[in-house]
Amino acid sequence: MWWRVMAEAVFVGLPKRFVKVSIDGQELDVLEGLTILDACRQLDIDTPTLCQLETLTPVNVCRVCVVEVEGSRVLVPACSRKVEAGMKIRTDSERVRHSRRLVLELLASSVDMSLCSAQVGGWMSRYGATPQRFGDSVATVAQPVKIDNDLYVRDYSRCILCYKCVEACGVDAQNTFAIGVAGRGFDSHISTEFTVPLPESACVYCGNCIGVCPTGALMFKSEHDMRQAGTWDESRQTVTETVCPYCGVGCMLELHVQDNSIVKVTSPLNNSVTAGHLCVKGRFGFQFVQRRKQE
Amino acid sequence: MFGAGGGTSSYREAEETNLVILWGSNARETHPIFFHHLLRGIRNGARLVAVDPRRTSSGEWADVWLGIDVGSDIALANAMARVIIHAGLANDEFIARATTGYEEFAACVEAYTLEVAERETGVPAAAIRDVALEYARAERAMICWTLGITEHHNATDNVLALINLALLTGKVGRYGCGLNPLRGQNNVQGGGDMGAIPARLPGFQDLQDPAIHEKFSRAWGGAEFPHTKGYHLTEMFEAMEHGELKALYIVGENPARSEADQTRAVGLLSGLEHLVVQDIFLTQTAELAHVVLPAAAGWAESEGTVTNSERRVQRVRRALEPPAGARDDVDIICDLARRLGCDFGNPTAEQVWDECRRLSPMHTGMSYGRLDELGGIQWPCPDESHPGTPFLHARLWEDPVGGPRAPLFAVEHDPPVDRLTEEFPIRLTTGRRLDSFNTGVQTNEYTSPLRSKEALLISPADGERLGVADGESVRASSRRGSVQVPIRFDSTLRPGLAFMTLHFPDQVATNVLTIDATDPKSGTAEFKASAIRIDKV
Amino acid sequence: MDIRTTGGPPTAEEMAAVDGVLGDPTSLWEGGARHPADDHVAFGGHATRSQRPLLLPVLHAIQDRVGWVSRGALEYACRRLSIPPAEAYGVVTFYARFATDERPAMALHVCDDLACKCAGADELCSELEHAFGPAGNSWRRSPCLGLCDRAPAALVERAGASHQEVQVAPVTVEVAVEVLRGGRWPESVNRPLPDRPRKLLRRIGAIDPESIDSYREHGGYVALRRAIELGPEGVIREVTEARLLGRGGAAFPTGRKWDSVAKAPVRPHYIVCNADESEPGTFKDRELMERDPFAVVEAMTIAAFATGCEQGYLYVRGEYPLARRRIENAINQAHAHGFLNFEIEVRRGAGAYICGEETALFNSIEGKRGEPRNKPPFPVQVGLFGKPTLVNNVETLVNVLDIVVDGAVAFAATGTQDSTGTRLFCLSGNVHEPGLYEVPMGTTLRALIELAGGLRDGRTLQAVLLGGAAGSFVTEQQLDVPLSFEGTRAIGATLGSGAVIVLDDTADMKQILLRIARFFRDESCGQCVPCRVGTVRQEEVLHRVLSARNGDAHSSDINLLTDIAQAMRDASICGLGQTAANAISSGLIQLNVVARDG
Repeated sequence: MWWRVMAEAVFVGLPKRFVKVSIDGQELDVLEGLTILDACRQLDIDTPTLCQLETLTPVNVCRVCVVEVEGSRVLVPACSRKVEAGMKIRTDSERVRHSRRLVLELLASSVDMSLCSAQVGGWMSRYGATPQRFGDSVATVAQPVKIDNDLYVRDYSRCILCYKCVEACGVDAQNTFAIGVAGRGFDSHISTEFTVPLPESACVYCGNCIGVCPTGALMFKSEHDMRQAGTWDESRQTVTETVCPYCGVGCMLELHVQDNSIVKVTSPLNNSVTAGHLCVKGRFGFQFVQRRKQE
Repeated sequence: MFGAGGGTSSYREAEETNLVILWGSNARETHPIFFHHLLRGIRNGARLVAVDPRRTSSGEWADVWLGIDVGSDIALANAMARVIIHAGLANDEFIARATTGYEEFAACVEAYTLEVAERETGVPAAAIRDVALEYARAERAMICWTLGITEHHNATDNVLALINLALLTGKVGRYGCGLNPLRGQNNVQGGGDMGAIPARLPGFQDLQDPAIHEKFSRAWGGAEFPHTKGYHLTEMFEAMEHGELKALYIVGENPARSEADQTRAVGLLSGLEHLVVQDIFLTQTAELAHVVLPAAAGWAESEGTVTNSERRVQRVRRALEPPAGARDDVDIICDLARRLGCDFGNPTAEQVWDECRRLSPMHTGMSYGRLDELGGIQWPCPDESHPGTPFLHARLWEDPVGGPRAPLFAVEHDPPVDRLTEEFPIRLTTGRRLDSFNTGVQTNEYTSPLRSKEALLISPADGERLGVADGESVRASSRRGSVQVPIRFDSTLRPGLAFMTLHFPDQVATNVLTIDATDPKSGTAEFKASAIRIDKV
Repeated sequence: MDIRTTGGPPTAEEMAAVDGVLGDPTSLWEGGARHPADDHVAFGGHATRSQRPLLLPVLHAIQDRVGWVSRGALEYACRRLSIPPAEAYGVVTFYARFATDERPAMALHVCDDLACKCAGADELCSELEHAFGPAGNSWRRSPCLGLCDRAPAALVERAGASHQEVQVAPVTVEVAVEVLRGGRWPESVNRPLPDRPRKLLRRIGAIDPESIDSYREHGGYVALRRAIELGPEGVIREVTEARLLGRGGAAFPTGRKWDSVAKAPVRPHYIVCNADESEPGTFKDRELMERDPFAVVEAMTIAAFATGCEQGYLYVRGEYPLARRRIENAINQAHAHGFLNFEIEVRRGAGAYICGEETALFNSIEGKRGEPRNKPPFPVQVGLFGKPTLVNNVETLVNVLDIVVDGAVAFAATGTQDSTGTRLFCLSGNVHEPGLYEVPMGTTLRALIELAGGLRDGRTLQAVLLGGAAGSFVTEQQLDVPLSFEGTRAIGATLGSGAVIVLDDTADMKQILLRIARFFRDESCGQCVPCRVGTVRQEEVLHRVLSARNGDAHSSDINLLTDIAQAMRDASICGLGQTAANAISSGLIQLNVVARDG
């Protein structure tokens, strides 16, 4: 949120109040309207999050960020709960550790989380998550990979149902609503209308869903293919910020380059033009540069 | 706009305004990420009006779509102005303090009654009146446009008609209000900023102002350069036609495909004594050239800056090694200068930029370091402590007005040059699709699941009347030429209106049909309005 | 909104169903034929999108007419309402009563939940399976239908131009077979209430529930007149001083809630009557709505008057067709007689227990998936459509009538210090006289069961499930618990919705526990991880624990259940997840699988 706050300072410069809260015994002043998560980050308390992203409306569904707030019967999600004056917050109590551990275990026992960031692995070991303890014959979301077009791959065996892709496709950015959450309970899943393949759906291939996916469930086909071929190697990739060559909006791109070839395009979250979101041209329209090299 | 050419508002303002009029712009498809900002505004309660002959996907988001007949924008704008004046909603105080030319303007729009406007635009009078009143009454409102306004023979008048509405109601120079041309290409704005327009030097400084000329000449070691305005693109073609222009150096343009009346354009380019083309591709234009200079791609293979539609100067960076033989534009130009007997040295992009900052006051505060730090800076930015300027013309609200007053211009409706007749009864308009860009040189290189080939989109009713089926190949002819093209029914088009893109020139040369009737001031051709006939083959 | 539809046109029947709710389309742009004006102007945007709350009524209309929601039908609805089809698909697949695959027009929903299980539902289902194949097509298993006093129960549904939906209870194999073969079904009648003193229920049986005149002859609309004399603040004062606590399960002080809404500066204010009674074993609100509907409407009118609500909704569960008709009739008559000065819209649930959660219910009214919202903000500040909203359960509201007429002091004279008034209890299961019982708060559970004639001859008590699936098991030793909020809390139980399911020694506790575990797995909305995955893991582990020979369960599995329970209780978004382990934890104690202190 820091960039929003900064932008506000430039644009309207409304005075904001600070409130005093205490986190794990430390007192601090937090700008009114910020969340407990923002406050935790102010103190550099590493708080696990999966469904949270600065540019998306908090949905507080993964519950891995829960903290204990004095006076609250249940734990509260740090990502969406706004700070209030006098709040006493505990981020590492036994109850907090227990729920964070269980959330990670429940997810990892039902979803393939092997492509999550190293950070997620770190949280798993910090909280002692052992997803195997539920046994072998447990329900999972395992299913075949969906490849129905040349740009995207959808591997819902990796989907933790964080809603980010739905938000990016929907009200928080693209407003195309090609995908939504369908079904209920454990059968809830990300789906197009009547599960039609993407080319039959409303999808406009902006790739913003992939941009926000934290588990690799949504992936650019190019990356998927390289991973299959064993050639994907992030240690050999550079990331360079530049501006999209198409229309005059001026979207900031991050070109991920491996072996002098663009292998992925993203956009910085903190960019005031894009907030991390692009259109199909910016995301995929880079091939022409490479084509020249092959000629 | 009243001086420097650039959108007056920031994208962010679209999120916090009350009303946006998208006029001749399908931003949903042509400026998708700007549309994200607009959508945030809509989610915050802003209303959207779309003025477009087609009910585009932008129009589908609109609270009101005004489906004007192609090229009747001035009739609509003038009628709106008249409604606003008669309703007593003109901002008299602002007009008196900050504008000129009101009397003449008011007299001019008096002729544009709602009845006249309904006749000229096709839009029901009540809808015109309601939109006018809504615009005038909105606390904040902005007008955004694209090529639907500027690709007309009277492009400048079209723009002036929109500016008039903002001046009449005081909807400029305030947060959330403004006039915004959405630039079609990633550095159209930057090209203008850098003086790539006939009468300007970098920073929109007047070439013909002796003091300015002197400043640049001194900075360039007393270099000699013209004191008079040069040609714009259309004038160049006219000069080629008259034999006055014999050599041409084209950097990163494909006029053999992008010009209206393509047959004529190719003919003139082929007739040049010397044609040099500097491009990243061997384009159709390059194929006509005597010398081709392979260039590095500006956005991914070299360093520099571009300016976007909110006047934000942003850094482009080198992420890739260019292919063998392709060179940076700066290097090519310096080399060329050296061969022509003028040594520019071997400056880096940053050194070139720093020279620009010294000479162009609106860019002075924009060091590379600050551009990195702030994610780009909006001009004007006169010094290194300046945060950049989110919106322009706040000066108009100062009392007394800072700088010159903004003129209202009386402009008259003038329908498209290519008249509809019995022989050519269908109005063809052109535009872009979401996944493609201009002549497709870049976009046709990636596989888009959205892409379908070029087609002539017509209303199903026209298809029935002409006895042609969806998908059937037909001959489309204008007064300039004809092409064979498959038909596609589009129920969002009304009878008598047809649509094509320019994305697939190798499949269908749409510009064989278009007219090069050109706006004398801006030099843009009337791509948006041709008269055609459809014949079965 | 730029909506893309590729599924082909709707059938004439589907169009008629949609147009029946929305009226005929007026332009090409909303799915109609081209009109000359469409060439040059179109209206859409906020106005079109604001119709989103009509999605569920439209889906009901399609489902009622055709028996399922096809892609063409859904897309037509989407075009008319400016809703993206993928979103609408998410909504239609959320609710169990909507089908997205073609089905026969006739459907029989057979309850196999707790009370019906005690009354032979499993045997009934296996007979049907034998005769008609597995559940899922012509007949399907249903969670509790709220007819537990007449178990076993079923709901017949026949799609068509004249859609029929009828509760059948008790249902026999013969009746079910007859219905499924296209035959007739017997008329189902409410059970006479036991002959004993009643306050809240006093009009039931005495009045004609379809006649406002009959209601007025029995004291109807005296309370509204009195409320107007008292004025809004006076009414709120009486309700507050009566110390009325909410009867929906959370036991929040009603007066405080009313006061908050009344004082909320944002406008408009909404009132929502939560009649989505879905807690297994609960049928009190159904009885009130079916048999004393004017009382519900009058009480809503008073509540709206007191709190300044401009618009009302009554959200009745989809499985209560009779209650819905009676309430609609009552609203119409109240309007016609000038007793209602604001709109009350009756909304119909579509098979989702979670919609009894107030914020899920808001989302459902708004045309969305019934996913609960995180609280705070609370409904009194940010509720339906983001506005201050008063939500009360049916029974809570009806209590207000006596409070207003007799005064707070008289009301609070009944019950205990902390739990005033009477309480409705839904007795079902292995009890002599199942039915609805009204007793003063504080009456013991033992006395309540005795009122219902106790157990059947020769049977012994195994356990009582108090408060439904979200409640907990009470043992023989705990029967003297006073049925008050504080009394049940003292033994770690809850009054919950007032469900009292009595299980004697014939009941198969393992099956009961597994049914509860399945219930939560089925009814979890799927939004938050602890509940979505936790309810599944809970069921899996429970299977393992219960299939082990008695006492043999692995301690690691018991620990797992405890761990899951704690995370669900602590970290779930809403009450469903937070209580999804209660009954199972207490049931395992009952089964001696877990030691009381372990």
